[in-house]
Amino acid sequence: MANTRIGIAEAAVVRNPDSVTTLGLGSCIGVAMFDSSLRIGGLVHVMLPDSKLSKTKDFNAAKFADTGVSLLFDMMLKAGAGKSRIVAKIAGGAQMFSIGSSGDSILRIGPQNAEACRAALRKLGIPLVAEETGGNHGRTVELFTDSGEYEIRAIGKEKKRI
Amino acid sequence: MSGGMPPLDSMHLDVLREIGNIGAGNAASALSGLLATKVDMKVTRVLTMPFNEIVDFAGGAETPVATVYARFEGSIAGNVLFVIGIDQAIALIRHVTGAVENDGLSDMGFSVLQETGNIVIGSCLTAMSDFLGFELLPSVPTLAVDMAGAILSFSLSEIGRSADEAIMIDAGITPEGSSLSGGSGRLFLLPDPESFGRMFAALGVRIDG
Repeated sequence: MANTRIGIAEAAVVRNPDSVTTLGLGSCIGVAMFDSSLRIGGLVHVMLPDSKLSKTKDFNAAKFADTGVSLLFDMMLKAGAGKSRIVAKIAGGAQMFSIGSSGDSILRIGPQNAEACRAALRKLGIPLVAEETGGNHGRTVELFTDSGEYEIRAIGKEKKRI
Repeated sequence: MSGGMPPLDSMHLDVLREIGNIGAGNAASALSGLLATKVDMKVTRVLTMPFNEIVDFAGGAETPVATVYARFEGSIAGNVLFVIGIDQAIALIRHVTGAVENDGLSDMGFSVLQETGNIVIGSCLTAMSDFLGFELLPSVPTLAVDMAGAILSFSLSEIGRSADEAIMIDAGITPEGSSLSGGSGRLFLLPDPESFGRMFAALGVRIDG
């Protein structure tokens, strides 16, 4: 079994028995998609909630929740996954630093990212079957294509599979 | 990949390094006062790197670090982080509190790290503000102890709106003495892409593009 690792604003699709992982999600979200009958799985590491936030016209689609979710969905379909069989799981979206008296909205980017991913999935009709979001801690995630399980690891916490 | 970052030549890099030296130098002397020990400042570097390389540079996405973060706004805006490894954080806490037990990451320990970060970041921004002639309005510095990737990627999110890489001013701040040796604290300055032109203009350096 091979393990494909993606970084910030990157996406990949792998097949059984391989897994795909991304390390140290903070406010970012790891959106995993899975077709259980063909055992094709994909992961995108999105950083910001909405491509409207981009200050440049050309941008990396994997960076934003709206365009990143669409990108991964297209990659899944191109790899042969069945449109109606694809389900999603999301993890991340933490608020890494507590809000000071300034109440800076950038500190709330994590929860905004999580909400944007849910909305993007809803828009494409992709069922969100599990999620592990929020809190104030970083997460490493790995999607296993043999089972469709999405493993979440965090410092000082039991590893969890959703 | 799009780049919203300004093109920099060697003179621009020198200017940024000088801004970093001035900020980090003041931070090191303030830290020296707090710890009552000599604090070495390592040469400041200016690095233009894709986000994922910045995470690797900071020690790897999953490496636990203690970080005090603040965002500054005003004539120029950006993020500033004081990042230290867990072992060094514990050594720092022991040095300040005189604790001998390995009870570093207690509430008391977190307060020590928070206060150290406040002093380092506050004195850095004060010196930068004086040098550039800008008023910089920092948010209240806040502490997190977690994976470097989780902390760094968050602090890159504002820059992510306009680029896939960041220009980072990196300075090492290392307190001397056996109890504090082993790894260096780092001060990372991550100005927003739009702020570079203003910094150069304030110092009379032209930027093209």
